[in-house]
Amino acid sequence: MDWFTSHLDDVWRLFVIHAYLAGLPLVLGLLVALPLGWLARRFSWAYPPLIIGTGLLYTLPSLAVFILLPGILHTRILDPVNVLVAMTVYTVALLVRTVADGLGAIPEDVRLAANAMGYRPVRRLLGVELPLAVPVISAGLRVAAVSNVSIVSVAAIIGVEQLGSLFTDGFNRAFFAPIVTGILACGVLSLLFDVIIVVVTRLLTPWTRARAAS
Amino acid sequence: MINDVIGWLTDPANRDEILQRLLEHLQYVVLATLAAAVVAIPAGLWVGHTGRGKFAVVNLSGFARAIPTLGLLFFIVLWLGPSLTGDLAFLLPSLVVLVVLAIPPILAGTYAGIDEVDHAARDAARGMGMRGWEVLFKVEVPCALPLIFSGVRSALLQVVATATIAATVGLGGLGRFLIDGLAVRDYPQMASGAVLVAALALLIDLVVAVVQRLTVSRGVTGRFRTRPGRAAAGGTDETPPTRSTTSTSTTTTVGTSS
Repeated sequence: MDWFTSHLDDVWRLFVIHAYLAGLPLVLGLLVALPLGWLARRFSWAYPPLIIGTGLLYTLPSLAVFILLPGILHTRILDPVNVLVAMTVYTVALLVRTVADGLGAIPEDVRLAANAMGYRPVRRLLGVELPLAVPVISAGLRVAAVSNVSIVSVAAIIGVEQLGSLFTDGFNRAFFAPIVTGILACGVLSLLFDVIIVVVTRLLTPWTRARAAS
Repeated sequence: MINDVIGWLTDPANRDEILQRLLEHLQYVVLATLAAAVVAIPAGLWVGHTGRGKFAVVNLSGFARAIPTLGLLFFIVLWLGPSLTGDLAFLLPSLVVLVVLAIPPILAGTYAGIDEVDHAARDAARGMGMRGWEVLFKVEVPCALPLIFSGVRSALLQVVATATIAATVGLGGLGRFLIDGLAVRDYPQMASGAVLVAALALLIDLVVAVVQRLTVSRGVTGRFRTRPGRAAAGGTDETPPTRSTTSTSTTTTVGTSS
């Protein structure tokens, strides 16, 4: 506890970096996964390659990706961009399937009703199908958020600063306080992401509450 | 970079070590996942079949995912390491971490698989006079296999990745190339190690995918239905969502939504 109070500034700084490295890829990954997931659902021939392809990306061990990306992107190994790109890839890998399944789970009669009301395909997608898929997509996003927070900390091994640096620091000095602080701070960050996603989902799906109230 | 990697991988001077590290890595992964499965599969079957302890399983898997693996690794090594001697001081704590990390996905997959078995199938089995354990092993387990496999596969991936990281605390395996290469700024060695780890992860997943395909009944996957008229797919009922290919998302999504 003494260690924590005397290093509050440090921990806070690492916390903010960690939130940035894990959070921004969630948004970017979602933006990439939405069109890919739609594609996989819209054209049945696109489903297997997209789902298998993104699934394969997810099998790549994080440390390997952190080390290979600088060679592929021609960045420096310590560049945080590597971490942002890697986490975006992992987020996409998790979400494409979720988006495709979420869009696929929309009942056919809803689609037909939208058609009958004069919705054109694009407006039907954005105005009817996507909103209805929000709960499924948000469940996937929550999983991605928690896993991103954990994976980002691995980047401390190659020297990118964030909460994981507390682990390497604590381990090098055989000192538990930074490690425990880091684990707890990661937990707090995961929880924070989770709360944000849940609140945004609630705001985007007012009908679920209307149904519960009636 | 690609030339560097190819050069390093094909260098005869590295051949013996590559083979040795590959086998070590494989050994850790198989050992840890087997140990985890021995604990997690029976526990998952029991929870799914009896419905007891659902709450604990769902929360445990969610909670376990939130623990950063690197932090857990360092914590357990610092904690257990000093009380052990010799090679065991490096090996055992790392293996403990690998087993601990492999348990939640297998447990969650097994439980979710059993839990999601169609009630009608379960009732029909009872109606045919099957006893509890017959219902479990003749009906529930075959139906749950896709999700059990999906849990085992995500556990395997987790273990392959974490065994790599465990090289920082002295474990052998392919992670050595990454960590030793990092220490001396030998990028070709690091990149080659990373390529090998990625290839091993893909290979392991592929092997289990093949085993899954061979063992899961076609009646469960609905695979035979897809042959005629695939063009009509794209609707809602082409195949059950559990016909998962390479992905952890089935288990993980199930874990949070239920």
